[in-house]
Amino acid sequence: MGVVTISRRAALTASGGLAAAALVGLRAPRAQGAPVRIGELNSYSRMAAFSVPYRNAMQLAADAINRAGGVMGGRPLEFVFRDDGATPGDAVRVAEDLLTRENCAFIAGTFLSNVGLAVADLANQRRRLFFATEPLSDALTMAQGNRYTWRLRPNTYMQTRMLTEAARGRTARRWGIVAPNYEYGQSAAANFKRLITASIPNAEIVVEQYPALGRVDAGATVGALNQARPDAIFNVLFGPDLTAFVREGNTRGLFERRLVLSLLTGEPEYMIPLGDECPEGWIVTGYPWEQVEWPRHRAYVEAYRARFNDTPRKGSLLGYVTVEVLAALLNKANSLDNEALIDALRDLRTETVTGPVTMRGIDQQGTMGTWVGETVLRGRTGTMRNARYVDGAEVMFPEAEVRAARRSA
Amino acid sequence: MDAGFLLVQSLSGLASASSLFIIASGLTLVFGVTRIVNFAHGSFYMLGAYMAVTVVPWLLEIERSPWLFFVGVLISAAVVGLLGVAMELLLLRRIYKVPELFQLLATFGVVLMVQDAVLKIWGPVDITGPRAPGLRHGVEIMGQRFPAYELFLICAGPAVLGALWLLMHRTRFGVLIRAATRDREMVGALGVNQAMLFTGTLFLGAFLAGLGGALQIPRVSASAQMDLSIITEVFVVTVIGGMGSVTGAFLAAVLIGQLQAFGVLVFPKITLVLVFLLMAVVLVVKPWGLLGKPEPAAGRATLPEGILHPRGFALPEKLLAALAVAAALAVPVFGDAYAVKVATEVLVFALAAFSLHFLVGNGGIVSFGHAAYFGLGAYASGLLVVRLGVPMEPALLVAPVAGAAFAFLFGFFVVRLSGIYLAMLTLAFAQIAYAVCFQWVEVTGGDNGLVGVWPSAWATSRHVYHYIVAAGAIAGIVALRHVIYAPFGATLRAARDSAPRADAIGIDVRTHQLLGFTMAGGAAGLAGGLYAFSKGSIDPTMLAIPMSVDFLAMILLGGIQTVMGAVVGAGAFHAIKDIFMPLTDYWRFLLGASIIALVLLFPRGLGGAFASVRARVAAEPARA
Repeated sequence: MGVVTISRRAALTASGGLAAAALVGLRAPRAQGAPVRIGELNSYSRMAAFSVPYRNAMQLAADAINRAGGVMGGRPLEFVFRDDGATPGDAVRVAEDLLTRENCAFIAGTFLSNVGLAVADLANQRRRLFFATEPLSDALTMAQGNRYTWRLRPNTYMQTRMLTEAARGRTARRWGIVAPNYEYGQSAAANFKRLITASIPNAEIVVEQYPALGRVDAGATVGALNQARPDAIFNVLFGPDLTAFVREGNTRGLFERRLVLSLLTGEPEYMIPLGDECPEGWIVTGYPWEQVEWPRHRAYVEAYRARFNDTPRKGSLLGYVTVEVLAALLNKANSLDNEALIDALRDLRTETVTGPVTMRGIDQQGTMGTWVGETVLRGRTGTMRNARYVDGAEVMFPEAEVRAARRSA
Repeated sequence: MDAGFLLVQSLSGLASASSLFIIASGLTLVFGVTRIVNFAHGSFYMLGAYMAVTVVPWLLEIERSPWLFFVGVLISAAVVGLLGVAMELLLLRRIYKVPELFQLLATFGVVLMVQDAVLKIWGPVDITGPRAPGLRHGVEIMGQRFPAYELFLICAGPAVLGALWLLMHRTRFGVLIRAATRDREMVGALGVNQAMLFTGTLFLGAFLAGLGGALQIPRVSASAQMDLSIITEVFVVTVIGGMGSVTGAFLAAVLIGQLQAFGVLVFPKITLVLVFLLMAVVLVVKPWGLLGKPEPAAGRATLPEGILHPRGFALPEKLLAALAVAAALAVPVFGDAYAVKVATEVLVFALAAFSLHFLVGNGGIVSFGHAAYFGLGAYASGLLVVRLGVPMEPALLVAPVAGAAFAFLFGFFVVRLSGIYLAMLTLAFAQIAYAVCFQWVEVTGGDNGLVGVWPSAWATSRHVYHYIVAAGAIAGIVALRHVIYAPFGATLRAARDSAPRADAIGIDVRTHQLLGFTMAGGAAGLAGGLYAFSKGSIDPTMLAIPMSVDFLAMILLGGIQTVMGAVVGAGAFHAIKDIFMPLTDYWRFLLGASIIALVLLFPRGLGGAFASVRARVAAEPARA
C-alpha cells in the first residue's frame, strides 16, 4: 500500500473498534431481544466462487456485532440467506418469500444485474428497502433508480473511470476494446469510450470485440484484435473467458508492448484461477488484501482467515462492509419502518474496514472504493503492485448527470 | 486484410472446429444407436476437463513430458467413458422402454446432479490446467504467431474422424453401431445383444466427450458452467451434420468454426445468433441435416408417445378437478401472501405446460423451444406497458396474439419437419428470438430486461391479481382441453400416429399441425403475459433454454399420455423446486435426483400413475 495518508490511517485506527474488539473477545454485553431479520438473496449456487466468501464474511461481521451488543440498543442482527436462482423470475419470488413469510425487515444482496434490477423494481412496488450489494449495472442507481434501491459497490462507471484516470499521461492513441456481450460489458465499453478522451485527448477506438459471455472463441477474438494493431487494449472479460483470452493472447503475443487496462482482473476471484498465466503490467482494479495495512482491515483479514481457513476474496470484503453499513443504518434509524430506514440511509457515513463509506443521497450509491494497481506475477500466482485505494467519492457520476438520468426515470 | 491474417484466422476456426467435432461425434453416435438426446453429454465434457486438471498436473509432477500429458488426457477420457457406462447401467437401461422424451428428461436430471457434484468435489473456483509441455510456444505463420497446441488440435479432429471410420468399418462393434443407427429394431430382431451394444456406445460417446474436455485444458479453465455452454453448440453441430452421421458432424463443425472465426470480424456483436441462423437455414433447406438420412422408422407404425385414449372425466376426476379449481380460488382466502404468490405462479406454469402438452402429447410435435412463445407474449405485453404506456388490460390481450403470431410464423417452417429435427428447429427459432431480445438493447433493454410491468392500480394486490391469473389460466386450459376432445384434436392425433395414413384419408396434415402450433403458442403467450405482470419485469431468461426444459419437465412429470397430466406436473415441479431451493445451496442436485426418481418410479408420469391406479380400482370389483 504505502500511499495511504497518515491522517487517514490514524482515523481508521481510532475508529477501528468493532472487528478488533470482537477478536480479542472484549466483554461487551451480548445482544438480546427480538432479532432484526434481514433477507439476503444471492446466487449462492451459480456464482459460488464469489457468493460463498461473501456470505462467510457477512456471518463473521454479524457475529462480531452481536457479540458487541447487537444493533438498535441490544437486538441481535440476523441474516436469512437464500439462493436467488440466478434468474429474475426466481429472485422475485424468493424476495417476496423473504419479505412476507420470513418476516425480514428488508432485503439485500443479488449478484447479476438483471436480477438486481428486477428485485429493485419489486422493492419499489412493495415500498421496501433493497440494499443491492454486487450488481454493477449503472442503471440500478441511474436511469432505473428508485427511492427504495441503494447500492454499495462501485458501479461500472466508477470502476472504468478509475482505470481511465490511471491511464492519464500515457501516449497510447489507438485502442481496442474486448468485452463480454451483455449489459455489464456493453456499458463498460460505452463508459470507456466517453471517459478515455479525458485522459488521452486524441485516443481513438480501432477495434471492438464482443464475444458471448462464457463462450469466448479466444483464438478468433485475439486474432481480430491483433489484426487492428492497437497501441492499447481495454479488457472487460472475466472468469473462464478471461483465462482463455489471456492464454491465447500470451501465446500469440497480443499483450507485448501494449498497455492493457482491465476491469476487476486484480480481484482474487479472478486472479486465483489465472495462476501463473497472470499477465504482467496490466492496470487493473482489484483487491490486494495482503497489502492493505489499515489496522481495522488487518483485524478483519485475520479473523476471516482464522475462522474459515481461507484467504479473503473481494466478495468477503463486500460482505463485511455491507454488514457494517447496515448495522450503522439500523442504529441510526432505530426503527424498522422502511421509510425511516431510507431517510436514515441518505448520506449515511459509516467507518468500515475499507475506510469511510457514505451512501450518497442523490443517486443512492455508496462511495466504497477499490484498489487500482499493476498486475505482477509472484511465484505461481498473480497479485498487484503499486496498488492504491481509490475512494469511490472521487469517481462518482457528476451530479448534473445523475439529476438528468434519474429525472427521466 | 492480408493473406497471412486470413490464413491464421481460418486456422483458429479449424482448431475450434476440431474440438467441437470430437465432442459432437460422441453425441451423434449415442443418438444414432440409442435415439436418446443426451443432455448429459455436456456434463461428460465438463467432467473430462475437471478430470484432466486433476490427473494431468499429478502426472506432470513425475516428469514434464508431452507423452505424460497425453497419457493423462486419455486416462481422463477413459474415466469419463466409465461414468458413461455407469449412467447407462444405472439409469438408461431401466428406461429404454419408456417414451424417448422421458429419457431426455432423465439425462437432464443427470446434468443438474453433475453440476452440483462438480461444485462439491472441485469447489466453485475455476481451475486452470497446465499447458501441454512442448506445445506452449507460438509458431510463426506468414508473419502471424499461432499457438502450436492449436496446430495439434487441428490434426486431432481428423485423427479422431479417421479412427472412428476404422472402428465403424473394420470392427464388428462398429458395424453393429452403423446397423443400429440405420434400424435399431432390425438389429434387435437379428439377435444382437443390445445391452452390450448400448453400453459400449455410451462408453464411446462419453469417452469422446471427456476427450474433448480434457484436450481443452491448455486453452480454457475448468469451470462449473462449461457444460451448458457447450451442449447447445454441440446440438447445433450434430443437427446440421445430420443426427447419427459422424462425417456430417465433422463438416458441420468445420462450417461453424469458420463461421465464428470470420463472423467476429464482420458482426462482432451477434455471434450468439449466427450459428442458430445457420441451423435454421440448413434445416429449412435440408430437413435431415447435411448428411443425415430420413429416420427409417418414420414410415413404420410405432406406439405413439402421447395421449392415446382421451377419456372424459368420470366422477372421481370431476371431483378432483372441482377440488383443484376450488383450492386455486381459495388460496387468497386461507393462504398467506407467499402462498398466494406461489399459487399464482403454479397457475401460470400450468397453462404454459398444458399448451406444450397440447403440442407434444396430442399433436406429437415435440417443441424444445416452447419458452419462446411464453417469452414473446411477455415481451409483447411488457413492451406495450413500458414503452407505450398502455394499461394492463389491453396489453394482456395482446400477449396471446403475439404468442400465436410468432408460433404461426415459426410453425410454418417447423411443421415441415419431423422428430428430432423438428425439435431442434423449434430450439433454433427460440434461440434466435432469445438472441434478438438479448441484443436489441434499445427496444428490449437487453439482458437487463425491462422493469415496471406492474398490473393496473385495481389489480396490484396479490390477491386480486391471483384471481385474474386464475381466470386466464383456467379459461385457457379448459379451452385447449376442449380442442383435444373436439374433432380437431382427434385429427391432430391421427396426423401424429401416422402422417401418411392421415394424408391418405384427406387430412391436410401440415395445415392442421400449423394451426395446432399456433393455438399452443397463443396459450403460452397468454401465460407469459400473466407471468410478466406477476413479476413486474421481463428479461431474456423467460425465453431461454432452461425455461423450455422446465416446461418439458413439467409435462413429463405429469405424464404425456394423460390429458390433465401437465397441470399436475406443473404443480409438482414447482413444489419440488420451492421446497429444495431454500434448503441448501445444492438444490439443483436434489431437483435432479427427484426428477430421476420420478422417471424411474412413475415412467408414465404422475398422471399415468393415477390412471393405472384408477384402472386397477375399476378392475377390482370385476375380479371379485
